[in-house]
Amino acid sequence: MVTEARLLGEAEMDALALGAWILGTGGGGGGDPYYKLWNVKLLCREGRSVRLIDPETLADDALVAIVSTMGAPLVAQERLPDCHHALRPVRAMEAHLGRRFDAVMSMEIGGGNGLQPMMVAALTGYPAVDADGMGRAYPELQMTSFAVAGLPAGPFALSDIRDNDVVITNVVDTDWVERIARRITTEVGSTAAICMAPRTGAEVKRHGIPHTTSQALRLGQAVQHARREHRDPIAAILEAGDGRKLFTGKVVDVERRTSEGFLRGRARIEGLAADAGREFTVLFQNEFFLGRLGERPVVMTPDLICVVDAVSGDGIGTEAIRYGQRISVLALPGPEVFRSAAGLAVVGPRAFGVDLDYVSVFEATAP
Amino acid sequence: MKRIGIDVGGTNTDAVLVEDGAVLSAVKSPTTADVTDGIRRALAALREAAGPGLGETAAVMIGTTHFVNAVVQRRELNAAAALRICLPASATLPPMVDWPPDLAALAEGGRYLVAGGIEYDGRALAPLDERAIAEAGRAMRAAGVGAAAVTSVFSPLDTGCETRAAEILRDVHPDLHLTLSSRLGRIGLLERENAALLNASLMSLSHRTIAAFEAAIADSGLDAPLFITQNDGTIVDAATARDQPVMSFASGPTNSMRGAALLAGVPDAMVVDVGGTSSDVGCLQAGYPREANNVVTIGGVRTLFRMPDLLSIGLGGGTRVATDPLVVGPDSVGHRLREDALVFGGGQLTMTDVAVAAGRAEIGDAARLADVDATDVAAALARAHAMLFEAVDRMKTDAAPLPLLAVGGGAMLVPDTLPGVSEVVRVPHHAVANAVGAAMSQISGEVDRIFRGLSHEDRLAEAERQARARAIDAGADPDSLSVVDVENLPLAYLPGNAVRTRLRVVGDVAALTARR
Repeated sequence: MVTEARLLGEAEMDALALGAWILGTGGGGGGDPYYKLWNVKLLCREGRSVRLIDPETLADDALVAIVSTMGAPLVAQERLPDCHHALRPVRAMEAHLGRRFDAVMSMEIGGGNGLQPMMVAALTGYPAVDADGMGRAYPELQMTSFAVAGLPAGPFALSDIRDNDVVITNVVDTDWVERIARRITTEVGSTAAICMAPRTGAEVKRHGIPHTTSQALRLGQAVQHARREHRDPIAAILEAGDGRKLFTGKVVDVERRTSEGFLRGRARIEGLAADAGREFTVLFQNEFFLGRLGERPVVMTPDLICVVDAVSGDGIGTEAIRYGQRISVLALPGPEVFRSAAGLAVVGPRAFGVDLDYVSVFEATAP
Repeated sequence: MKRIGIDVGGTNTDAVLVEDGAVLSAVKSPTTADVTDGIRRALAALREAAGPGLGETAAVMIGTTHFVNAVVQRRELNAAAALRICLPASATLPPMVDWPPDLAALAEGGRYLVAGGIEYDGRALAPLDERAIAEAGRAMRAAGVGAAAVTSVFSPLDTGCETRAAEILRDVHPDLHLTLSSRLGRIGLLERENAALLNASLMSLSHRTIAAFEAAIADSGLDAPLFITQNDGTIVDAATARDQPVMSFASGPTNSMRGAALLAGVPDAMVVDVGGTSSDVGCLQAGYPREANNVVTIGGVRTLFRMPDLLSIGLGGGTRVATDPLVVGPDSVGHRLREDALVFGGGQLTMTDVAVAAGRAEIGDAARLADVDATDVAAALARAHAMLFEAVDRMKTDAAPLPLLAVGGGAMLVPDTLPGVSEVVRVPHHAVANAVGAAMSQISGEVDRIFRGLSHEDRLAEAERQARARAIDAGADPDSLSVVDVENLPLAYLPGNAVRTRLRVVGDVAALTARR
């Protein structure tokens, strides 16, 4: 179904940030959406807004900028996100291509990156496409629907906040983009704005993950609404996201370590109320990727595993989860494209070092 | 060696005279609109209770919520300029961007962004723009702004840019009171800057108040230096304190927790302070409150600096209880307990009434509870116990049982046993635990930074070396220093085995150990 274009203002941006944080599944590109949200709020207060369009309304030959940030969330807490910086790699790419983009969209809707195209769209007036390449957050650039489809990975543009722009004109595949761009990002201070390989309207319609921006908006608005009405925000998330509550309990143990630049670890949760006497474990690599009830794996990537405060419904990040928290583990359906053989090769359990065949929690018998 | 501890709370000003950990005298007097007046009265009452022995007092330690109240109530704030050293980064989110407009209107004194700052690995983000800093200083002077906060990118890792900026500003505006963000805060530019700006906006009030405290001590005939208690349960001398009022924001609950640990003689424990409206739950490690490592909102402003990790729940002696259906709180009769509670002849069932009906307290007239149903009493008490259990359990860092210290006017609501608690300790003198905590305070030093390419042992050794140097600089006796808090946080997407380590050492006040 094609949805009508809608204008997003400050109120919608608050909801979008809340929903994007939930879809961040514990990590979420660019860290906490708070600073990007404030960038967008200030632009809205200047009288700007963002037109959100359905991907199906794109012309086949339209050119879409896929934007994101790359780097360490901690650095973004000191070098605050800047809307003009977000635009820089888009302009660098346009200079390289010798033409303007027609629209902008997010590489990943989860976390702060869900607001990246909103900064660019508010500044340029380009419409934002209601779609992204992940439907959530994943730790690496090659974990996108466009990479799974085997679309060309270049050209690729990256901007430092100083006057350093890099365009990789040709590159073998997204794995190489990840390797090269990660090095450059480190050199410029571990934070950079990026514009991925441009996509045509036809490619976005065929390979993009549709309606993820409006999904984040819907989740955020559902939580806001439930809070205003003093209703259960978790029930609101499940209803708005077609999700399933897997477990409610108390975090009793958290293990964390870094390797290869990733934050890896697990959290053990002891059941409360209906789950009393049972134990659940969530494993993470920046984001949550596997959940086990006792020893039995019950939910795994590409299904979305969202850990939220059992009362407020606020998303809890893998850097913030700690002993004593009362949490609920929710699953939301993962994008179709990642459930294919090619998708599972990139983001299935084995891509996170777990030797398991993917079974969707929504297809398995209830735990 | 005798010390006086004074806690200036919202309702009462408590004062104690202690010697070698023993409480010699304790007095309570009402807090007055002029807080100094309350201190004079407390000292006079203490002199009456303690007699001439008061003259041997070696130091007066004061804990006050005066400054945080000024922020929350939007009063007596001065305009503060913001100098942020960040360009070309962080330009679109200016200082005070996320402040409530009413507070920003009171405290805003010009916003200046200049080039400089460093990267997480110590390289320069951009060359420091000294000319722009001097221009900003001249503009502040021309505008008649007497206080400024200086915040530089990654200054917790290297304070160089902020200290150089301070030199330049003092050159062009010698009367400017400066707050350097690196003296206060953590990694998180906006939140650290917010804390520094709140601090700068309290400069006039802080200088006035500390001078008035000193005058009150001198007028009381005491020849003793003044120390002010800090958020982390330690103290600084008066000259340092007046330049960092934000560091006293949470000293009330901190002193209460510290005092409980000292009075009970239990350094590692959970503490619950049950007041009239709410209960604060915290965790003591080596006698000090665990610190919060997250954003704390004060008066509507997001901040990130040294604050105790506290969980407040809506349960206290004045908490309203409804019975059909059972609802316990979160609203409270507040300071109208002595008018509204059933045992005082009022018409509202409160948790104090529940405690009296259950035989856990003797307050007011128990005969007035004849109509209260015993099943309702048991259910309300069970609900309160469940709330306390959950709060205590949330604040623990692991599953091992710990003692629970119960303090505050509503401590009778704490049950004698709780799951995960090895024993519930009723603390003697608990009504003045906060003043005792103030009197027994020590001095600390803390580091919070990213270390790269070091082994775990080398990293901890380096962090401890830096923390000790800071504590000694602040006036601690080097021989008495010990580590009270260590936290390691591995970081994603940073090369070279980057780990953020926060480490704190605490020791005795060198000036006082020398006088012993």
